[in-house]
Amino acid sequence: MNASKILVYDGSFNGFLTAVFIGFEQKLTHADIQKNNQLQSGLFAETETIFTNVEKAQRVWNGVRKKSNTAIKNIYFAFLSEQSNIEALLYHYIQKLMGSKYKGATDFSDDGILKINQIAHKVGREKHRMEAFIRFQLTKDDVYFANIEPDFDVLPLISKHFRNRYTDQQWIIYDVKQKYGIFYNLNTVEIISLDLTDIHANSLEKSSVFTDSEYEYQDLWNNYFKSTTIKSRINTKLHVQHVPKRYWKYLSEKKEAV
Amino acid sequence: MNFNRIKEKLNILADAAKYDVSCSSSGSNRKNKNNGLGDTGNGICHTYTEDGRCVSLLKILLTNHCIFDCAYCVTRKSNDIQRAAFKIQEVVDLTINFYRRNYIEGLFLSSGIFKSADHTMERLIAVAKKLREEENFNGYIHLKSIPGASDELMYEAGLYADRLSVNIEIPTISGLKLLAPDKKHEDFIKPMKKVKDEIIRFKEERKIIKSTAKYAPAGQSTQMIVGATGESDKDIMYSATHFYKNYKMKRVYYSGYVPISTDIRLPSLGSEVPMLRENRLYQTDWLLRFYGFSVNEILDADNPNLDMDIDPKLMWALRNLNHFPVDINKADARMLARIPGIGMGSVHKIINGRKYRNLNWEHLKKMGIALNRAKYFIICNSSDWERRDLDAAKIKGMILQSQNGKFKKQFNSQLSLFN
Repeated sequence: MNASKILVYDGSFNGFLTAVFIGFEQKLTHADIQKNNQLQSGLFAETETIFTNVEKAQRVWNGVRKKSNTAIKNIYFAFLSEQSNIEALLYHYIQKLMGSKYKGATDFSDDGILKINQIAHKVGREKHRMEAFIRFQLTKDDVYFANIEPDFDVLPLISKHFRNRYTDQQWIIYDVKQKYGIFYNLNTVEIISLDLTDIHANSLEKSSVFTDSEYEYQDLWNNYFKSTTIKSRINTKLHVQHVPKRYWKYLSEKKEAV
Repeated sequence: MNFNRIKEKLNILADAAKYDVSCSSSGSNRKNKNNGLGDTGNGICHTYTEDGRCVSLLKILLTNHCIFDCAYCVTRKSNDIQRAAFKIQEVVDLTINFYRRNYIEGLFLSSGIFKSADHTMERLIAVAKKLREEENFNGYIHLKSIPGASDELMYEAGLYADRLSVNIEIPTISGLKLLAPDKKHEDFIKPMKKVKDEIIRFKEERKIIKSTAKYAPAGQSTQMIVGATGESDKDIMYSATHFYKNYKMKRVYYSGYVPISTDIRLPSLGSEVPMLRENRLYQTDWLLRFYGFSVNEILDADNPNLDMDIDPKLMWALRNLNHFPVDINKADARMLARIPGIGMGSVHKIINGRKYRNLNWEHLKKMGIALNRAKYFIICNSSDWERRDLDAAKIKGMILQSQNGKFKKQFNSQLSLFN
């Protein structure tokens, strides 16, 4: 029985699940699963390249789902965090989950399980923040456009929310950090990449891309934001805690503050 | 659309609506239908004002013209302020355009009372109806029930709104007589009761006929002003409990009185907003709704007010030391929830974690339990626990010393030299 091995995969979620499958098949107690573009080989460790196999990935996915829906969500969310060494943590998590006689990975006295819960929680919070902080601007082509710069790759997680909500308008959400976006064309959501000459963050100058009334509505929103504040209760610390400064440049109500 | 005129109105009517603290957009189950616009779900706070309150709805008055003269209210008729009124279409346009840009979850529409209660209520309903029927808008709508509105109108309002609310404002009937002599207590209660009855009726009918039209799916809420009439915390929480129990309220909000008037019946201008007291009331509210406490355990004739320097659960624990220490590895969920420093999230983690092994201090710390408070009340899988026979005052003193909360400076009883 191999105690430890480096498994190299292509960086995709299915690739990762395939690696988990191989790890279980070879009964590895520790699997050092690494992305092929950031490989760090150990001195004595054996390396194996994993070829993504949807069927094997599906088997892992179904197996986990049979155990617990919360676990499947935690695994996917934590994977999207792209933290270094997240794969090894997840491998440990799945091992514990499958070996447990209880329904889910609920051993909160286990460091690894607690850690995955916390990471998944962080990604979930970022997803929720994006659902809140995205500000669409209406272009002259009748598309509602938004730039975002989230801490994690949350586009796959928020697509359904926006699809269900804005069914009768075209919209684009473009992640300037991950360099891809999603576009809803009134029928389906598709992944796009754009050659953005300028990033449409907040600026006091108007861009010719957007309609004139777009700026009027931003102005109204700014006004509303100001007049709904109660001056005798100002609490800047709380305000910044809820709306961290790194998001301000895309929030039209914070235009003047940036 | 004349944007300048709208802007003026928006400033006046948003400013007047801001004292309504409710901002929740959760609890409804309205889904997007026929490829329309919007849906509802868990609620989202789209931004936060500089005073730290969540903004999730476009919260405005239809008008701030009012025939009443309630002393605590900024739109009372004797107040010399700018008045304005929105047209129905203007509110609809604003809501839709803000919604499409992902600024808001929906609309919170209230109004000063012009002409009569029914006339005002009709206009509010007209806005909601237009949004639902002409714009196919499925986002969240919160309408104010105008005190004194007829049963027929309250029925109609519930067909379009997700939530309805009447603000009781003054927790005691004597206080209401003092500050709002032309309003009757029954006027507040009547629409509340109608909505409650309709919700019950809807739930019954739904069981038989699945397609029964939704009625106020997010229920109703109310609000009380704190610190305007010298009421005790007991008065407030007992009347909140009454509303939770008898009117099936989803939420009761507590709003620290913001001085807006020179009326001698009220705290003078410039007196501080009782924010800490408001915070303690909300903590108590949570204990009642989620932690299995009943109100008379926390407040009674001997203890009519909450301690300001410690949270209400700790206050309760210190008065009932006979229940402690609790064994983390054996106690039931109900008792775990009563330990100071342990929230419902931690209760969940403990219950699950202890299936695998007995928990010790290290485990508890990693789960995120506030041990600085909890350690005096628990034992766990460790030979190390609080052995001294401490009395309540001692424990309180030690906890206060270990705390570094945001309100700490307010309790410092020592006079400072330079202030």
